[in-house]
Amino acid sequence: MTAIEIDNTYDDPTKRTPLVLGGKDFTAVTDAVCNVAERPTTLGWKIAFAVALSFLGLLGACILYLVTTGVGVWGNNQPVSWGFPIVNFVFWVGIGHAGTLISAILFLFRQNWRTGINRFAEAMTIFAVICAAMFPGIHVGRPWLAYWLFPIPNQMQMWPQFRSPLLWDVFAVSTYATASVLFWYVGMIPDLATLRDRSTGKVRQILYGIFSLGWTGSSRHWHRYERAYLLLSALCTPLVLSVHSVVSFDFATSQLPGWHTTIFPPYFVAGAVYGGFAMVLNLIIPARAFFGLKDIITPRHIENCAKILLATGLIVAYSYSMEFWTAWYSGNHYERFTFWNRAFGPYAWSCWVMLWCNAMSPQFMWSKRLRKSMVAVFICATFGNIGMWFERFEIIITSLTRDFLPTNWWPFHPTLIDIAMLAGSFGLFFTLFLLFCRFLPVVAMAEVKSIMPQAHPHHGHPELQTPDERRTDYRPDEVGDPDAAALGVP
Amino acid sequence: MNSRVEHHAHDIPSAEPQPAELVALMGEFKDVDSVFSAAEKVRHAGFRRWDVHTPFPIHGIDAVMGTRPTVLPWLVLAAGLFGAAGGIALQWYCNAYDYAFPISGKPFWSLPANIPVAFECTILCAVLMSVFGMLGLCRLPTHYNPLLKSERFRRVTNDRFFVVLDATDPVFEEQSAEQLLRNAGAKYVERVED
Repeated sequence: MTAIEIDNTYDDPTKRTPLVLGGKDFTAVTDAVCNVAERPTTLGWKIAFAVALSFLGLLGACILYLVTTGVGVWGNNQPVSWGFPIVNFVFWVGIGHAGTLISAILFLFRQNWRTGINRFAEAMTIFAVICAAMFPGIHVGRPWLAYWLFPIPNQMQMWPQFRSPLLWDVFAVSTYATASVLFWYVGMIPDLATLRDRSTGKVRQILYGIFSLGWTGSSRHWHRYERAYLLLSALCTPLVLSVHSVVSFDFATSQLPGWHTTIFPPYFVAGAVYGGFAMVLNLIIPARAFFGLKDIITPRHIENCAKILLATGLIVAYSYSMEFWTAWYSGNHYERFTFWNRAFGPYAWSCWVMLWCNAMSPQFMWSKRLRKSMVAVFICATFGNIGMWFERFEIIITSLTRDFLPTNWWPFHPTLIDIAMLAGSFGLFFTLFLLFCRFLPVVAMAEVKSIMPQAHPHHGHPELQTPDERRTDYRPDEVGDPDAAALGVP
Repeated sequence: MNSRVEHHAHDIPSAEPQPAELVALMGEFKDVDSVFSAAEKVRHAGFRRWDVHTPFPIHGIDAVMGTRPTVLPWLVLAAGLFGAAGGIALQWYCNAYDYAFPISGKPFWSLPANIPVAFECTILCAVLMSVFGMLGLCRLPTHYNPLLKSERFRRVTNDRFFVVLDATDPVFEEQSAEQLLRNAGAKYVERVED
């Protein structure tokens, strides 16, 4: 970096924080973002893609082996009939929560900085949900009968059991997948139009042309578009909170010690947001350097994400301690044993890995110096991802291996196929993510432009600005502004 | 993507030399302030069929243009209610009526157990209506639009702002419309032909 680096991580609330650095104007933002999709394929991308693709191949081979042989290729047994596939499912679906949180909840809270990273996070959400949905699909053992999960009339004249949380999960995850894809796509329409208008090759013109739906940036369209975006945010906010709550019902509605607790829904949601932000940081810190987007995804964006990592990490740590406390305070023999067994039993290592990664490592993010260090944030986020996987492992494996009667106890050992499938799911995730980075607008350009100072009417004329426009959290599309209403009517 | 009409026009122009018809006048502006004040002038000149094309939504432009609030929220509300009713009806039909399912002595029909699925159905229908309702109201996808033939108009998705006056507007008259755009500060005025 030869240009003077501006530090935009200051905490003075009276100064409007620049969210786009490097003196970039609208043109420069378009150029920087489109360049990622327009420049020739780089060697680094090709190598990363080859690695991701080979892991995807590994996943394909494992699934083929599983389907042709049977679920005995996994370490699952009785009593541990869930094993790795469900650990992986909960892990991935949790990762998929940060995207919608950034897009929907931060939008409703008018957090302008979300515009720099929401596209990345939404894409990550969709790919994580794809990885998640795959695991129950193959875990049923006969994937060709997976349609039994849906209320589709079938030859047995039977319907699914709607009082089962497993069926609630089917509805929650499929609704979430649909809503996330639509939210992502709607946000991308104006940016796909930008790529369409800049593209020179015939193939790109046609493909971007089809997917941008003939967008012309009409203000009459923007009006409905923004209203639709607001509605989608308002709908996705309860949706994102419901999805992991429903996932936690799979556990909480059972009778098993360690699962049968009312803290599960909020605890799972906080954990999901924590894990999701950890994955966002793990992806975005290398990506901003690799794609030359340091002026758009600034240190302030990373710092804000790190703060959310810390906040949700604290909620998770609180939940852990409350679980242990409740187990002791309940006086329930089985509940007490389960938690003692978690911390000191045969799988105690998973508990201590989890506690270190999820409760201890985010504490480093109290330090502003560390929050501003990309390396430190990246390491903490990596711990977060590892910790969240071990949390699900610990919850599922310790409770299932040792329930009420010692005659039912049986240990669980993952097989090589279990581990290969987990690695393969990362291959699927990164293959999709790299394709996204290569061909689609990785930053929501229209949204980033709308939060730049130049986007405000009366920019450069402070005497004409309305009180709203002088606010530091000002958002140009805010509805119900009386000043705006006063301007127009003839 | 390019519709047949456009191919026809481009591939065999000499077969049937039709005179290009003026469909609109487009004025280009280079910043938010100038397009904002131009929009005010156009509205005061009495135009009804016109539009402001911008790379991102501009605050307050709806009031200046006199855009009426969209009906979309009501459509979404209706879709959400339909989803809620549909979700409850589905569960009642499946588990209480068509195939009564005795599970651990639980009642065949109890609303609390049916709330999660009914909630997801509500959200699903409302989300589908927000997206497809918005596209329908905007008449998208529209893959043929004479505006998109203009080389200059390509920057509307990048960094330029356009006021487009439709030739079918009752008060549209080419010379005066061009003058209006130029007076409003348009850097360029272009004829949109089809």
